[in-house]
Amino acid sequence: MEFFHWVQVILDNYGILLLKGTGVTVLLALVGTGVGFVIGLLIGVYKTLPIRPEDPAVKRILYKIFNFLLSAYIEVFRSTPMMVQATVIFYGAAFLFSLRLDPVMAGMFIISINTGAYMAEIVRGGIISVDKGQFEATHSIGMTHFQSMLYVILPQAIRNILPATGNQFIINIKDSCVLSVISVTELFFQTKSAAGATFQTFPAYFIACVIYFVLCFSITQLLRYLEEKMDGSDTYTIYGTEPVINGADTLKRGDK
Amino acid sequence: MDQPIIQIKNLKKAFGTREVLKDINFDVHKGEVVTIIGSSGSGKSTLLRCINLLETPTGGSILYHGENIMTTGKVHQYCAKVGMVFQQFNLFNNLNVLENCVVGQMKVLKCERQEAEERAKKYLDHVGMLQYINARPRQLSGGQKQRVAIARALSMEPDVLLFDEPTSALDPEMVGEVLKVMKDLAASGLTMMVVTHEMGFARDISDRIVFMADGIILEDSTPEELFNNPKHERTRAFLNRAMEK
Repeated sequence: MEFFHWVQVILDNYGILLLKGTGVTVLLALVGTGVGFVIGLLIGVYKTLPIRPEDPAVKRILYKIFNFLLSAYIEVFRSTPMMVQATVIFYGAAFLFSLRLDPVMAGMFIISINTGAYMAEIVRGGIISVDKGQFEATHSIGMTHFQSMLYVILPQAIRNILPATGNQFIINIKDSCVLSVISVTELFFQTKSAAGATFQTFPAYFIACVIYFVLCFSITQLLRYLEEKMDGSDTYTIYGTEPVINGADTLKRGDK
Repeated sequence: MDQPIIQIKNLKKAFGTREVLKDINFDVHKGEVVTIIGSSGSGKSTLLRCINLLETPTGGSILYHGENIMTTGKVHQYCAKVGMVFQQFNLFNNLNVLENCVVGQMKVLKCERQEAEERAKKYLDHVGMLQYINARPRQLSGGQKQRVAIARALSMEPDVLLFDEPTSALDPEMVGEVLKVMKDLAASGLTMMVVTHEMGFARDISDRIVFMADGIILEDSTPEELFNNPKHERTRAFLNRAMEK
């Protein structure tokens, strides 16, 4: 069949290029989600700092000003398309500062700060969804807010936001294709080249389609596995050698 | 008499315009077991939460060994020495039973891991939970969780242990195991403040019982005196209602 013939031709001639593009796509998604996660974590923690009316006025005002800046960042990046952000930043750097950015580096920067804006809200939600009693318990044993975050709240918040983070990762794999607008040589860009050179648009994009799907699907499975790992085993080992009086007592999950 | 561990002076707490604690004065001495009783909404839990600063009082002072903790700025050191057991247990869900009892010792008291683990195991053994040290909170029953929560508080070797309705969220069959642990603690000389609705228990273990109504302390006396010879009509009415159950 002609279709398979062209798929074969494209793979033979442009396979390496598509593979490289796939690599760049994965790199963009990985860096974007990773850096975005760290940005989100920092902002999320900052936004949930306990600032009380009895704190000194200087502290409260500084907090408010910085908080406003962070909110502005989040809103600007959530309310504009990444394609436009990419164009504005890439050509803006050239126009205003005569900076010729490396497209892949610029792409990683843009996808990171874009993801950071979304992750900030996700992390904040994750932190406030942790039961208030957990904060109170850390307070009652004398932990500072920082210790409480580090040892008790964030581990739970991060577990809770893992599905949303995975979602961001998958979105990043797919949406990194808009960075082709600043000639980042990711999968979509390479596919476009292959399609242009062979004049076989459908077979070329069909291959891209399959690659995108395989990427996203395997990452979904990987994240699910990671979640299960983080939840730990359903059973636990009884400590010591003392005989267990009631056998039913050993492995039951909380029955209340 | 020696200096009280905790002195509460003219303590006030308001949420907005609603005054929950009006003018609370009382002392807790070393080794005392003080139980606070009263109807729902009388301010018992708020009082306990003010004592370990989960709520910031709006007036008055709390003296710990004679020092006003609201002005000394040693809030965290103070909290580490005033333990709390919650109605909803509040075990750290991300940590197993042993780590729940170790994390505070290591991070707040700066103990070595080995020392912290030994102490944690000692107190987990006290509450009969030693064999569960590898379990996670979600794998435990309510009574077991509460016993671990008590061990976690004890691992900090507190001067005073506060109990905020420790059995109210438990199934009736699990109340006994927690009360037994608390009884042993009271007998061991630990200073305790307990908010509870278990009247029989309050009568058995308390050195003093405080009856609260509408944000003030109406009576503060020995269990015998309070149960057999209540001074206020409201105390009598409350006890009658509580005993009927």
